[in-house]
Amino acid sequence: MNESNPSVIDPLDAVREKVRACIQCGTCTGSCPNALEMDLTPRHMWRLVIMGHLQRVMASRTFILCSDCYTCTLRCPRGLPLTEAMETLKGIAFTRKEKRHQAPRLFYEQFMQTVRRHGRIHEMEFMTRYFTAMKNPMTSLRFAPLGFKLMRKGKIELKGDKSTATPLGALFDKVSSMDQAAATAAHAKETHS
Amino acid sequence: MSYLYYPGCSLTASAREYDLSTRATMHAVGEQLTEIDGWTCCGASAAAPISHLLSLCLGARNLALAEQMAPDSQILVPCSACYLNLKKAQDKLANDADARDRINEALSAVALSASGQVKVRHLLDVLFVDLGANRLAAHVTRSLSGLTVAPYYGCQCLRPYVEFDDPEQPVSMQPLIEATGATVFDWDMGARCCGAALVSTQPDDGLKRVASILKAAKGADLIVTVCPMCQMNLDAWQAKASQTTGEDLAITVLYLPQLLGLAMGLTADQLGVNMNLAVSGPFLERIAS
Repeated sequence: MNESNPSVIDPLDAVREKVRACIQCGTCTGSCPNALEMDLTPRHMWRLVIMGHLQRVMASRTFILCSDCYTCTLRCPRGLPLTEAMETLKGIAFTRKEKRHQAPRLFYEQFMQTVRRHGRIHEMEFMTRYFTAMKNPMTSLRFAPLGFKLMRKGKIELKGDKSTATPLGALFDKVSSMDQAAATAAHAKETHS
Repeated sequence: MSYLYYPGCSLTASAREYDLSTRATMHAVGEQLTEIDGWTCCGASAAAPISHLLSLCLGARNLALAEQMAPDSQILVPCSACYLNLKKAQDKLANDADARDRINEALSAVALSASGQVKVRHLLDVLFVDLGANRLAAHVTRSLSGLTVAPYYGCQCLRPYVEFDDPEQPVSMQPLIEATGATVFDWDMGARCCGAALVSTQPDDGLKRVASILKAAKGADLIVTVCPMCQMNLDAWQAKASQTTGEDLAITVLYLPQLLGLAMGLTADQLGVNMNLAVSGPFLERIAS
C-alpha cells in the first residue's frame, strides 16, 4: 500500500496518473535497449509505481537508465506516455536529492544553470561546472581526452562567445513561480478531498 | 522554398561541421535558410525532468521568435533533440488550449507569445520529402560508387512523432544515399538508441549501446548520422568503446549532409570534414580522387 502519510502529497501521483492503465504485458521491457542493465524491469517498476512503493522505485536505477529513445512509448499497446513517466521519475529523484542519483542530477542542473545564464549551452563551461559540482577528479579525467580532441579540431569556445548571450532568468523565475502555485493548488485539492 | 533555421547549441560548437554542411548542401540545391534571430537552447533532455513547463517554454520561446519573422514559416532543425523539443512545444501550442495559456503566461515574462502555427521539420524530413532523391541526384557531380554507407537514424527524429518515416524500420535515407552513387549497408541497428546522455552520466551502460551499433556496422565503409548526439557517441567515444569490447571498432562517421555535399562536388573543407573525429585515411583518399 501507499507508504506515505495521506495528508502529505505523494510525489508518485503524477507518474501513477500516466501509467494507471498498465496491463503488465512487458512490451516496454522487451523494447528497451537498456533493460539488461536495469535492476527492475520497466514493467516491474510501473507496477511498483501503481502500488505506491516510492522508496523501492527511488532506490532503483531503472528510470535513470532511460535514454529517451521512445521505443516503449511507440509500442505500448495501451498508448501510455512511458518515456514521459520516466522523465517525471527523474524529476522526483532530483527534487528529493536522492544520493544514488547525484551524478545525473548535477549533470542536468549544471546544464540548466548554463542555459539560464546565457540562453545557450557553452559546452566547455557546462562540463567544467559539472566536474566542479561532482568534486571527483576521475570524472574530468574521463572526459579530458574528448576535450583535447574537440579543442584540436577548433570545436570548443575557450572563453565562450558572449556576444549572442540571452539571459533567461526572467523566464526561469516565472515558470518556477507558476510550478509552485500549481503544486500548492494540487496539495490544497488533495487535502480537502 | 525557404526555411527558417534553428541550428541549436551543439551546431555552434562540437557539431560545427553539421551546421556547415547543412548550410552548404542546402545552398547548393538552391534552398534558402534564414537563421532565427536570438534563438536560445531547446532544453535538450535536461529541462523536462526539472520542469515540464520549462521544457515547453524553452521550445515555445523559439517558435515565438520564428512566428515574429514569418507567421506561416517552416523551421528546419538538424538536431534530433532540438527537433523533438520544438515539435512538442508546437504540438501543445496548437492542440492544447490550457497548455497554450500556461506557456504564454510564462512567455509574457520575456514579452513573447506563440500560437504554434509554424511547422517544425527535421533536416531528414526536408531532404527526403521536400527535396527528394531525384532532385539531389541531379546535383551529383562526384559519384560515391564503391562506398557502402550504413544509415543511422537514431531515435528522436523518428519517435514519438511519426512524421515522415517508419519509426521502427526507417528507410528515408536509402534513396538519398543511393542518389550519391553509394550502396546502402543492410543492417537493423539504424533506429536503435545510441545511449544518448548515458554515455556521459552512466558511461559503462552507454558505451555498450555505442559498441553494439559500431559492431553491427562492420562491413560498411562509413556510418552517416542526422543528430549531433548520435554523431558524438559514435565518433568521439569509438576508441573507448573499442577498448571496453577489446575489438577494433574504428569506422568513419559523417553527417548525412556531408555525404550528400561530397557527392555534389563540394570540398571536404566546405563541409567541415576536417572537424569530424572519426574519418579513416582510406576514406579521405577515396573522396580526394
